[in-house]
Amino acid sequence: MLGARVKVACVDDKDSMARVTAAATLESHGRPFAGVFLRELHGYLVTPVAWLFSVIFLLAAGALTFYLGAFFERGQADLDPFFRFHPWLYLVLVPALAMRLWAEERRSGTLELLLTLPIHAWQAVLAKFLAAWAFIGCALALTFPMWLTVNYLGQPDNGVILASYIGSFLMAGAFLAISECLSVLTRSQVIAFILALAVCFLFLVAGDPLVQQPLLALGSQRIAGALSELSLLTHFQAIARGVLDFGDVAFFVLTIVFWLAANVLILDARRGG
Amino acid sequence: MIETEQLGKRYGAFDAVAGVDLRVVPGQVLALLGPNGAGKTTTMRMIAGYLRPTSGVARVCGHDVVRAPVRARRALGYLPDGAPAYGESSVAEFLAFAARVRGLRGVSGARRMDEMVERLELQPVLAQTIDTLSKGYRRRVCLAQALLHDPPALMLDEPTDGLDPNQQREVHALIRAMARDRAIIVSTHALDEVRAICNRVAILARGRLCAEGTPAELERQSRYHRAVSFRAPASALACELIGRLPEVDSVVTDPVDGRVTVFPREGQQVFGPVTRLLEAQRVRVDELQLERGRLEDVFRRVTADATDLASAA
Repeated sequence: MLGARVKVACVDDKDSMARVTAAATLESHGRPFAGVFLRELHGYLVTPVAWLFSVIFLLAAGALTFYLGAFFERGQADLDPFFRFHPWLYLVLVPALAMRLWAEERRSGTLELLLTLPIHAWQAVLAKFLAAWAFIGCALALTFPMWLTVNYLGQPDNGVILASYIGSFLMAGAFLAISECLSVLTRSQVIAFILALAVCFLFLVAGDPLVQQPLLALGSQRIAGALSELSLLTHFQAIARGVLDFGDVAFFVLTIVFWLAANVLILDARRGG
Repeated sequence: MIETEQLGKRYGAFDAVAGVDLRVVPGQVLALLGPNGAGKTTTMRMIAGYLRPTSGVARVCGHDVVRAPVRARRALGYLPDGAPAYGESSVAEFLAFAARVRGLRGVSGARRMDEMVERLELQPVLAQTIDTLSKGYRRRVCLAQALLHDPPALMLDEPTDGLDPNQQREVHALIRAMARDRAIIVSTHALDEVRAICNRVAILARGRLCAEGTPAELERQSRYHRAVSFRAPASALACELIGRLPEVDSVVTDPVDGRVTVFPREGQQVFGPVTRLLEAQRVRVDELQLERGRLEDVFRRVTADATDLASAA
C-alpha cells in the first residue's frame, strides 16, 4: 500500500487533486479497521470492567497458584500450578469481558451507527476481537513476576513456560471468539454472559467424563469421540506440557476463525431481519 | 444523489415499506413525512445499509447499497434515529473515531473537525463524556459525525428533535447551506421545518408513498389553498353575505380566536369578491390573508386516506 502511495505521489503536480483522492482511496481500506480497533482498545482504558478484569485476573491467578496449586510445597521449578488454573479463570472472566461487545451496541443503538459507517462487517468483528484479545494479552503479560519468581527460585524449562504462555493466550482467544459471537444474539449483557459461560464450559470440558459419559451411554461413540477432539482443555494441556504441536495451535486458530466467521454471518443476517 | 426504485421491506406478512420510489438530486432537500410507524425510519435504514431491502433497489451516488455497500456508505452522511453515540467516550474522542473511520486525517481532517465543532457549537463540551450531555448536545454531536466527511448525500432522521428554537434555527441554516450541492433527505414531524429547509416533500403512510411534490404543490392540494381568512370584530352580517357569493364554498369561524376563513369552490377565486364585499359593507378588518394552503391539512387527509384504504382492503 505504501508503495502504491509513493507511486501516485510522484505524478506531476498538476494532478494534485487526483493525487489526493487516489491516496484517500488507497488508504481508506486500512483506516476504518484501525478506527474501530483503537476505539475499542481505548474503551478498555476508560471503563471499569476492564480494570476489574485485569485486577481480578492477576489476583486470582496469583492466589490460585500459591494456595490451590501449592507452588512452594511441591518444590518444583515450573509454572504448572500457575497455568493449570487459567482455563477456569478465563471461563468466568472472558465472557464477562466480552458480553458487552455487541449486546451493548445493540442496546444503545450504536450498532446502527457502526454498521452504517463505511466498514465491512468482518472488519468490525475482527477489530473488536483483536482489541479485546490484545487487552487480555496485556493482562497475561503482567503475570511476568511469576516467571521471574520461578527463575529466581530454580532453573525451570523456559521453553515450556513460553509454550504455556502461548497456549494460554490462544485459549483466551478461543473463549473470546465464542463469547463475542454469542454477544451478538442479544441486547442483554446478562444473557450474553450466561450464554457464553455455558458454551465455553461445554467446549472446555468436552473431553471430560461429564460430557463424554452421557454421550457414550446413548451409544454415540463417534459423536463422543468427535466432541472430545473439540475440547479446549485437552489441547491447552498438550501445549502446556511444552509441545507446541502444529495441530493444537491450528485447533485454536480454527476455533477462533470459525466463531468469528459465525459472528460475521449472524451480524449480516440481522440486516435482513 | 439518492434514489430508490420500488424499495420494499417485508416482515413476514407485514409490509413495513412497500414499493417506495424516491429520487433526490443535489440541491434538493426532501422532507420525509408520515405518522409514526409509516416506514420513514425503515426506508432510511435501508438506504443507509443497516437493513437489507426485501425488494427493489436503493442507490447512493450511483452505488447500490446492497452490491457496493461500503462505497455507498462512504458517500453518505447519516444521522440515525435517536442520535446514538458511544456514551463512555468524550465528544472529542467520538468525533476522532468517526473521522478515522471516514478516512479523515492530518491537517485537513483536523480543520474539518474544528469547523464542525464551531458550526454546531460543541466547543464547551468537547472534553465531556457523551453520557453526561443534554439531549440537544447529543443530537448535535451525532449530527457532527454525519457531516464530518462532507458527504455528497445526507440523510438525517429527525435532526432537530430535542433542540431549542435557537439551536433548531442554527441547524436549519446549516442544512440550507449544505443543500446547495448535496442531496439531502430529512425525516421530521415538524411541518414548520419543512417550510424552513425543504424544497421537496414525500408523505409516507403504511409503508407507501402517498404524496410527493414541492411544498407549494402539496399546499395547492389543501382545502386552504386560495382560501381567504380575516379577522373582523363585527362581521356576522358580512359573513352571512359572503356565504351567498357564488364563488364561495363555505365560511368557517374559528371559535377560539374568531378568525373567519372563506373556502373557495373548486377552481374559483374568492379574494376579489370577498374584499369588495367587505369594503362595500364597511366592515373594519384587522387582518386579511390569502392562504397558500396548509401542509398539515394535506398531511392529515393523505395519511387518513391511506389508513381508510388499508382498513377497507
